Amino acid sequence: MQITLKLYAHLGDLLPAGAKHNKAEIEVLESISLNELIDRFQIPRPMAHLVLVNGVFVCDRDRDQAFALKPNDAVAIWPPVAGG
Amino acid sequence: MAWTKKILRVNLTDGVISAEPLNMEWAQQYLGQRGLATRYFVEEVDAQVGALSPDNKFIMATGPLTGTMASTGGRYSCITKSPLTGTIACSNSGGFFGAEMKNAGWDMIILEGKSPTPVYLYVENDQARLIPAEDLWGKSVWATDEEIHKKHQDPQIRIACVGRAAESGNLFAAVVNDLHRAAGRSGVGTVLASKNVKAVALRGTRGVGNIKDMKRFMDATFEHKKVLAANAVTGAGLPTYGTQVLMNVINELGALPTRNMREVRFEGAHSVSGEAMHEPRASDGKKNLTRNGGCFGCTIACGRISSVDRTHFSVKDKPQYWGNSGGLEYEAAWALGPDTGVDDLDALTYVNFLCNEDGIDPISFGATVAAAMELFEDGVITTEQTGGIELKFGSAEALVKIAELTARGEGFGKEIGLGSKRLCEKYGRPELSMTVKGQEFPAYDPRGIQGMGLTYATSNRGACHLRSYTVSSEVLGIPVKTDPLATDGKPELVIAFQDATAAVDSSGLCIFSTFAWSLDNIAPQIDAACEGDWSVEKCAEVGARIWQLERDFNMRAGLTAADDTLPKRLLKDAANVGPAEGKVCDLGAMLPKYYELRGWTTEGQLTPETRQRYGLPS
Repeated sequence: MQITLKLYAHLGDLLPAGAKHNKAEIEVLESISLNELIDRFQIPRPMAHLVLVNGVFVCDRDRDQAFALKPNDAVAIWPPVAGG
Repeated sequence: MAWTKKILRVNLTDGVISAEPLNMEWAQQYLGQRGLATRYFVEEVDAQVGALSPDNKFIMATGPLTGTMASTGGRYSCITKSPLTGTIACSNSGGFFGAEMKNAGWDMIILEGKSPTPVYLYVENDQARLIPAEDLWGKSVWATDEEIHKKHQDPQIRIACVGRAAESGNLFAAVVNDLHRAAGRSGVGTVLASKNVKAVALRGTRGVGNIKDMKRFMDATFEHKKVLAANAVTGAGLPTYGTQVLMNVINELGALPTRNMREVRFEGAHSVSGEAMHEPRASDGKKNLTRNGGCFGCTIACGRISSVDRTHFSVKDKPQYWGNSGGLEYEAAWALGPDTGVDDLDALTYVNFLCNEDGIDPISFGATVAAAMELFEDGVITTEQTGGIELKFGSAEALVKIAELTARGEGFGKEIGLGSKRLCEKYGRPELSMTVKGQEFPAYDPRGIQGMGLTYATSNRGACHLRSYTVSSEVLGIPVKTDPLATDGKPELVIAFQDATAAVDSSGLCIFSTFAWSLDNIAPQIDAACEGDWSVEKCAEVGARIWQLERDFNMRAGLTAADDTLPKRLLKDAANVGPAEGKVCDLGAMLPKYYELRGWTTEGQLTPETRQRYGLPS
């Protein structure tokens, strides 16, 4: 199935070649967990600090759950960041 | 140095300048800067004073760690009564001005009365004098800075001054120091200009002193700098992306106020984000971001130094704006961008330059333009009022024109200078003003981040994120992640942030240090520098005392519990997309508990027990 992967800040370089505006449409298995997605794009786990699926935060302990995503979901990931 | 134990008092009416000792009993109760200056202010100024009356006073205050080797110890604040809100105003700035004040030997400068003619205050260590400034009146911040440096032939003078916006009576005018750092909020620049003071220029060569235990202080500052360096946020994220890294975060979360807070996501967010500032432009291959920059003593260096594309319509005939200058921070980028619907990074950067050049709070400016755009789109105002400007959401051209007019206090820019509340009231649509206590919102929609709703409603200076930045916890997971859509526990969270922030502000350190530091890191540095026992518990208690003192001033000024609320749009109109879709800000679920925990009556007044507990002045 297709989902949108968005990697921000320092993680942007880990997106597939040709990705624009920090996002890429990618194909994944329906059974994929968030940590499998994180590992597939070689994101160091501690750098996957803020993980949002369609804007909703998924905490660390829930990221191994299989079938975590639906077609056309948007997964956005940031390293530790802050501002204000 | 820690406290210099000296205050410079300047009576502008009669020109008398005097030195006096710092009240050390109050210093033990209120620490410095925000807290201690507020204690002086409430002692000396009637809360009912007109903000632009000569009877209002204007205090520039450092904290005991300002100017020391503690990381981020470069802060000072301007404390006065706000013409925008009618509340206490306390606007905090970085740069190098605060440290220079300390090096000149002063904890605070108190300006009182009103000069009969324009002047600037020049302070060189123990020597201070008022210098005629008729030739500077009518000049921008940048021009004034250059003229004063030339006049004294000293490039090391540090200058804080007001621009043409403040002179024109713009109610959200800032005091800008070091060209592009600002005590930005609540119209503190307007008050300074009302006293006929164009600038305060400082030169201090006295160095650091009065540290209680120098060896312990050096050890503590060294150890805690290592914490900042090792932290992913303060050691890497902020220096590289600045606060602007939040643009995509908050948009993704569905809490990015868009088009005067009608919506909660902006389709053009990426184009004006921190990431976009790193992307090469098509025209010249350069990035918007030239480099980062740091304030005095800061080992984070989150500041942005940027340039505008020389071929961009806003500057193509204005080479004076082709160089590098202070770039976009998140709050400014939001107000100038998503809130007005403009997704043109160069336009936003240019307007940000104008805000620095003439001393305007970009948050209040952008939010007021957003309100004006809604008035325009609703047909309440037309090109007749705007002077021909098609003031539509998304128009970069309109934003730029309005910014130029507002900077100079001309045309419809004069009306923008009223701020959102007065502008919307003037045109009979007060519900379109996205303000609390008359101050415009910053960049977080409280429908998607509930704790920020309580933060805004109870902030002692009107809508503001810097009074309790619960975004840290609710969004970013610092120090612990909480659910942004929940209201349970938020009164406690808001109070903890409010009190800790008041203590940090009063120390002279930057609140951004708290993305890595807690009071456990900060209290040992204060304790090593300052007389007395400065435990974590005492710092928190001092923060709470400061909050209560500010609240008490506001209630004496005539505010009531009815002012602790949000615009109806946020309480009645649900978010249209994202995780908060269908939700409003449930302020009613948080406010009563907040009052109870604060020790206030249901009318929002301090109880006698609360007053006694914190030893507040009667």
